[in-house]
Amino acid sequence: MLQKLFMLLLFASFQAMAATPADLLAGYTAQAGHPANASKGEAFFKASHGQEWQCTSCHGKSLMLGGRHASTDKAIEPLAPAANAKRFTDSAKAEKWFRRNCKDVLVRECTAAEKADVLAWLISLR
Amino acid sequence: MHTRFIHLMRSVLAASLLAAAPVWADSYKGPTPPAVYTQECGGCHLAFPPNLLSKASWQRVMSGLEKHYGSDASLDAATQKQIDTWLQTYGGQGKRAREDPPQDRITRAAWFERKHREVSAATFKRASIKSSANCAACHGDAAQGNFEDDRVRIPK
Repeated sequence: MLQKLFMLLLFASFQAMAATPADLLAGYTAQAGHPANASKGEAFFKASHGQEWQCTSCHGKSLMLGGRHASTDKAIEPLAPAANAKRFTDSAKAEKWFRRNCKDVLVRECTAAEKADVLAWLISLR
Repeated sequence: MHTRFIHLMRSVLAASLLAAAPVWADSYKGPTPPAVYTQECGGCHLAFPPNLLSKASWQRVMSGLEKHYGSDASLDAATQKQIDTWLQTYGGQGKRAREDPPQDRITRAAWFERKHREVSAATFKRASIKSSANCAACHGDAAQGNFEDDRVRIPK
């Protein structure tokens, strides 16, 4: 059982190493069926979508600096790949967090186009 | 009769353990949680020691992750099962787990409120603390399971 888990983790880590933010963006763009728009992504990320939390509530106003969880105060590492090389290198992890966080901020899942726009913006940050 | 005897023996054993190791009173000394627990639960908050809630409370927490105290914390089925199994194995042990606190919140347990009776609501609301669920704000070694009184530093 434990060995199986280890193998799974090892496999998952190889998978993670294989992906780059550009790979994930290509995937979301293909799903969306049209090119990503970074400035739309920025506006989407910074907008209020009518709920208590916005993306910036936890990720902070500067995506190169990071933020703190709005209720638990846990430090959240920067979301921009230029500031944090681990970001968007594991598609399952990115999907998990998009699913959860979009539900918190928009009370629905994000579309592939919205994810592509946000990711294009994040990749452009320096 | 038999179960009552086992119950009694358990109490005697627990009492002798407590008497033998008084310095352990406010620390978690159980098995190290699996990486999946630290990663997933610890992604947003302290990966709470499993002895702080009963098994029934942990089960309710784990079956309601889509609405987890105001946030969506849902997991894929395989990960959920791994964490659930671990909590049902090592959760609910010891004196802290004798009650199911309101909303299955550790911070609403009678022992928690008694332990923090000298900390005001205003203190918990400080920008440096935010909430009573933010153990590590005052318990610097909380991640290592250490909640001893002499390690507490309440930030301004």
